[in-house]
Amino acid sequence: MNQILEKSIFEYSRSGRSAQVQQPPGADVASAVEKIPAALRRSKAPMLPEVSELDAVRHFTRLSQLNFSIDTNFYPLGSCTMKYNPKACNQYAMLPEFLARHPLAPDSQGQGFLSCMFELQEMLKEVTGMKAVSLNPMAGAHGEFAGVAMIRAYHRARGDLARNEIIVPEAAHGTNPATATMCGCIVKEIPVDAQGDVDLDALAKAVGPNTAGIMLTNPSTLGVFERKIEQVAKLVHGAGGLLYYDGANLNAILGKVRPGDMGFDVIHMNLHKTFSTPHGGGGPGAGAVGVSARLEPFLPVPIVGREGDQYRWLSEVDRPQSIGRLSAFMGNAGVLLRAYIYMRMLGREGMSRVGEYATLNANYVMARLRQAGFDLAYPERRASHEFIVTMKRQAKELNVTAMDIAKRLLDYGFHAPTTYFPLLVPECLLIEPTETESRETLDAFVVAMATILGEAEADANTLKTAPHTMPVRRLDDVRAAKQLDLTWKPVNSAA
Amino acid sequence: MSQVLADLRYAKSHEWARSLPDGRIEVGITDHAQHALGDLVFVDVPQVGTALEVGGACAVVESVKAASDVYSPVAGTVVEVNDALSGSPELINEDCYGKGWLYRVQPASSSGLDALLDANAYSAVLAAEGG
Repeated sequence: MNQILEKSIFEYSRSGRSAQVQQPPGADVASAVEKIPAALRRSKAPMLPEVSELDAVRHFTRLSQLNFSIDTNFYPLGSCTMKYNPKACNQYAMLPEFLARHPLAPDSQGQGFLSCMFELQEMLKEVTGMKAVSLNPMAGAHGEFAGVAMIRAYHRARGDLARNEIIVPEAAHGTNPATATMCGCIVKEIPVDAQGDVDLDALAKAVGPNTAGIMLTNPSTLGVFERKIEQVAKLVHGAGGLLYYDGANLNAILGKVRPGDMGFDVIHMNLHKTFSTPHGGGGPGAGAVGVSARLEPFLPVPIVGREGDQYRWLSEVDRPQSIGRLSAFMGNAGVLLRAYIYMRMLGREGMSRVGEYATLNANYVMARLRQAGFDLAYPERRASHEFIVTMKRQAKELNVTAMDIAKRLLDYGFHAPTTYFPLLVPECLLIEPTETESRETLDAFVVAMATILGEAEADANTLKTAPHTMPVRRLDDVRAAKQLDLTWKPVNSAA
Repeated sequence: MSQVLADLRYAKSHEWARSLPDGRIEVGITDHAQHALGDLVFVDVPQVGTALEVGGACAVVESVKAASDVYSPVAGTVVEVNDALSGSPELINEDCYGKGWLYRVQPASSSGLDALLDANAYSAVLAAEGG
């Protein structure tokens, strides 16, 4: 299969072709180059495409049309919260006063932006029940890193140097063990019981004088609410450890239950999931962190503070115990603005409707799929904002895998759910419809799933060779992983 | 149904161990494990000289679906690793009990394998898992 979908822009390049109108008027490139010391100039011109404006527009428009996106199709990718990103968030974040603000401008000239960030901090505190918030981390994993770094800083500040173990239940988010390891901790994994709750006996055995903390995702990646959270908090706090809340699944409980009230000491929030900023095309993300009172001194800086009616950046001077800075300025400003506008548009009432409808939609699709003959991984449990279908039976009886179903769904115009995650459920599909889908869309998805199950029974080959209608057909995952070939070189290139 | 060889010992976490005539023990992952993982694309074996404990993470096998730890079924010191796997991880899919072995250890004690499951007991584990 060597179908050319869209050529590389370098293949449209013709020497000397350019978009003159986009060059700064009166630019004298030659004399500008002269001003750079010779030792710092490159000896060879970089390989840059030379195309007309129209060539560039067509190239990138065609590329964008190959994309599968939330603006075109239902996207029930579990754990990723692919909800609609309201256009108004984009529109207001693009106001010239925001766009043109220089990050080094004095605080007095950015009071509008600073007030938005201050209010965003306040709203996130309120909705999570935490004492303080920093908006610095630029992605979920970055937020996790900040969170565990704060846990370590807290123990160190108390001279409690032996605490280097992080407990991670097997239903936790996959990034959690990686985060703990990145922060220099040792990961202790504990099992969950048959109902998907943390195994309290295993937890009691795992905690001790070396326990730095536990990382929990609630609802867990099994799509169920951790019912024993209060006992978990008591056990871990009793042993001197802290509780970390992975906000990956915050959408399920938004406006209903607050991590702070469950006893968590630190939380990261994926603003790009729960608070609807664009992601899935590479983001960028925003992984704000919230903390309880005892961790507040360690928050990453800068943080926006308010004094009277003036806002200003709080820095290392104000927070000498801070774990430091995580980005050049303060996180992804444009993303934070979009999240702020989203929250302002929802308001307090709208916030709790997010949790309600996210949960309702997931439970509706779960019930309908069960009627259609699919097996649920946790049939006894109510779904949170997502749930797991297992194709274990079909894999055995029909030789049809979760991946085959996922690929075939693309032909029906739906993005595939998350496949083979969480790892402890065989042949699984993790399905998260989000609150922004209509009942008609959910019904159409269920019909597609039922149709595919029928196809699996009639002629599994239709599924095995899917997708049939996409720009690319079934990819060779193994070859892609083994033969990484990510750079394009011109045919006549010496290298 | 996954293949289980009668002359090997097994761990519940789907590793196998084979006693070699010279007293060393060869370790790999089972047919059930390679099947569940799917096509392997990367294998990380321990370094020669590494001291392993029973149940300790000792290797990583990565497929297009997932990366998984391999847990050592025996205690001992790694004396030889299967270098062929770095270029051809698919050997595990093709011949998990033969060319797909992971490493060989000098066991810490001579009773090393007795605590492991025999073929019947491991088959029962697989049956209970619905595999």
